Amino acid sequence: MSDGSGGSDGTRAGTGGEADRRPSGRVDVCVIGSGPAGALVAATLARRGRDVVVLEAGRRFDPAERLRQMERSIRPGGGSVWEMGGARDAFTSPGERRYPLNAARVKGVGGSTLHWQGMVMRLHELDFERRTREGVADDWPIGYDDLAPYYARAERELGVAGAVDDPFAPPRDGPFPMPAFPPSYGDSLFADACERLGVAMHSVGNARNSEAYDGRGPCVGYGTCKPVCPSGAKYTAEVHVAEAEAEGARVVDRAAVQRLEHGDSGEVVEAAVYATPDGEEHRQEARRFVVACGGVETPRLLLLSASDRHPDGLANSSGLVGRYFMDHLFAGVGGRLDEPTRQNHVGFITSECHQFYDDPGRATRGIPGTDADVGSIKLEFLNYAGPSPVEMALGAEEWGDDLLSVLREAYGNEIAMGALVGQLPRRENRVALDRSRTDDHGNPVPAIHWRIDDRTKRTIERANEIQRAILSELGVEITWTVGPENTGPAFHHMGTTRMGTDPEESVVDSTLRTHDLDNCWIASSGVFVTSGAMNPTLTIAALALRVADHVDETL
Amino acid sequence: MELTRRDALAALAASGALVAGGASLTWDRLSRADGEHGEGESAAFDGEEVATLVAVATVLYPSAATGVPEFVETYVVGRIRDRPAYAAGVRDVLSTLDASAESWYGGRYATLDDGDRDGLLRELGVATAEPNPDGTDAERLRYYLVNELLYAFYASPTGGRLVGIENPQGYPGGLESYRRGPRS
Ligand SMILES: Cc1cc2nc3c(=O)[nH]c(=O)nc-3n(C[C@H](O)[C@H](O)[C@H](O)COP(=O)(O)OP(=O)(O)OC[C@H]3O[C@@H](n4cnc5c(N)ncnc54)[C@H](O)[C@@H]3O)c2cc1C
Ligand code: SF4
Repeated sequence: MSDGSGGSDGTRAGTGGEADRRPSGRVDVCVIGSGPAGALVAATLARRGRDVVVLEAGRRFDPAERLRQMERSIRPGGGSVWEMGGARDAFTSPGERRYPLNAARVKGVGGSTLHWQGMVMRLHELDFERRTREGVADDWPIGYDDLAPYYARAERELGVAGAVDDPFAPPRDGPFPMPAFPPSYGDSLFADACERLGVAMHSVGNARNSEAYDGRGPCVGYGTCKPVCPSGAKYTAEVHVAEAEAEGARVVDRAAVQRLEHGDSGEVVEAAVYATPDGEEHRQEARRFVVACGGVETPRLLLLSASDRHPDGLANSSGLVGRYFMDHLFAGVGGRLDEPTRQNHVGFITSECHQFYDDPGRATRGIPGTDADVGSIKLEFLNYAGPSPVEMALGAEEWGDDLLSVLREAYGNEIAMGALVGQLPRRENRVALDRSRTDDHGNPVPAIHWRIDDRTKRTIERANEIQRAILSELGVEITWTVGPENTGPAFHHMGTTRMGTDPEESVVDSTLRTHDLDNCWIASSGVFVTSGAMNPTLTIAALALRVADHVDETL
Repeated sequence: MELTRRDALAALAASGALVAGGASLTWDRLSRADGEHGEGESAAFDGEEVATLVAVATVLYPSAATGVPEFVETYVVGRIRDRPAYAAGVRDVLSTLDASAESWYGGRYATLDDGDRDGLLRELGVATAEPNPDGTDAERLRYYLVNELLYAFYASPTGGRLVGIENPQGYPGGLESYRRGPRS
């Protein structure tokens, strides 16, 4: 940036450019990564008096920067708000589908929750038993009941605004910690059409304050939640980083772990070797290690840690590290209505429909069923369809009265639905090392091999069919569809270090400890066996809290 | 449609400039250099620069907008008073614009009639330029003047209301407006 507000070199006051990044003595636990998974593990263990060090590759973003970042996100030409890209983040995408990795993650204290949307929901019971109930994919070694108490804790930790009005949701004990955001005016337009078709609408969980919670204020409607909430109403993992630090944990930013080193026996990790901006390498020793680098960098770090003893990479005796990469796919339909739809006041969704989750082929009063083999669908009623006038003005070629008429013509009548659909786990979808390219430290970059199978495409078509039925019933002139051909990922990396009971078929066991290394756990959506079609982070948070319990028990 | 000081403060809030309650954001405040600027450097704009800024805003804003000079004053002063580097960028493109006006139209920008003001910006390629603070003249004009002033206008509740959205993106307009229907 050239506006004098600081640069990306992290040397500004407050970002710790000159911080002491030398290792601590041998600690109880070394956590690698400070996204929600790492931050929750660190905060939980620190609260229990454990001596914790967190190593984070990215820098600390000062909350005082956030309004300027918001402006940059609205004004064109501002560059990546979270400074993703460049040699540090190099990757390749040799698969059938290009995977836009750097749009799909953030490296910084707080991880991808700095940028995320903050929609949070629990997986369904079915997601843990796809093999048993549907004959596809695999079962998880744990079930919904094992996770339910952790889900409740995760909802309190993140601060979830929600209501118990979803008839399709899995069973839960007790209410959400905050009331749901009331439905939008846009939702009310959908309501009659859905009612006539027999489609249920209900609230959606938001990791966003609907009232003051946990020392943070309520949402004030900036409308820019993704990629940046300037008010702090949207949860980011900085909340738990701060808590971990308050409880005595040490968080070292700009400390990219290069590899994990094991002891002579090859059965325990001894140290995390990390690089600091001054060009030094350091070794952080610990009794326990928790790898929480997200669904792509976690397998990459294990692969980069290959040794004589573990020539294919750490924790990889199964050969499955990096395999079964999954993401959710987006499906959407939108158009114009001949009345005002009041979009873009806030940047989040207030209503969804989970009716087609467990039974995506079901018929309703107004929507025909299908016998085709399709997967789960989560439907979203968008509150930000069509252009945002301010963004449009900044890219326009008109000004004055001409611009105002262009904006009035474009804004006001757009309406749209979105959906997420899941992907089955497939061996050939994978994160591997690309040895032909290196990052800023000379390490091979991640290569994303990604392909969308026919069942996923059919599921997207089914989602479009339901969306079209609802919008047509509402009288919308449909102008666009995101279908199987132009779909894209929802930026939810999953599956690359899968969980299981058989060490030949999985990377971690049901406690998320690696089968191969006695003192190394993985906290990440990498351990998901199936993707479901729900946004993953509440499940990541629940699993992280569970990892913290398991690690604590062994100390 | 009257642009108010509140609109300018709202736009400022949306741009990350935190304004302490009651601080008066007037051009003369800038000339009282407050020690934050380097030796011999001041963020102050002279009268001609101010006139050019206001003239550009008048071209960019819809004709229904009134109170433009005061709005621009509050917004721009709040925006640049702690950011000498940014102020230098703005001053630089103002002088580029005035120099072009002098050589092509024989007078400073603020002295041109409405049609020529509009025409000059177009001839400079500002309408289609990508905003870039380090780019060509047109790109810097787009970044420091056009998009700066359009952002101030359309991220404010009054500018938004003209289009039909009283809580535009960037303005923290609370949690009521998204639930309100068009006629309530
Ligand atoms: C645009 C967008 C929107 C999203 N919206 C939603 C949503 O609405 N709901 C939802 O549930 N999810 C959403 N997600 C996904 C969500 O952000 C992730 O699921 C979540 O952040 C993953 O948490 P994590 O802790 O596993 O990994 P991350 O958040 O990715 O954090 C990993 C951290 O590890 C660090 N790291 C990586 N490698 C190393 C290394 N070698 N050494 C040290 N540190 C390292 C990284 O810098 C990073 O900070 C969204 C994501 C994006 C990008
Ligand atoms: S609308 Fe989004 S960006 Fe604005 S305060 Fe609420 S959560 Fe934050």
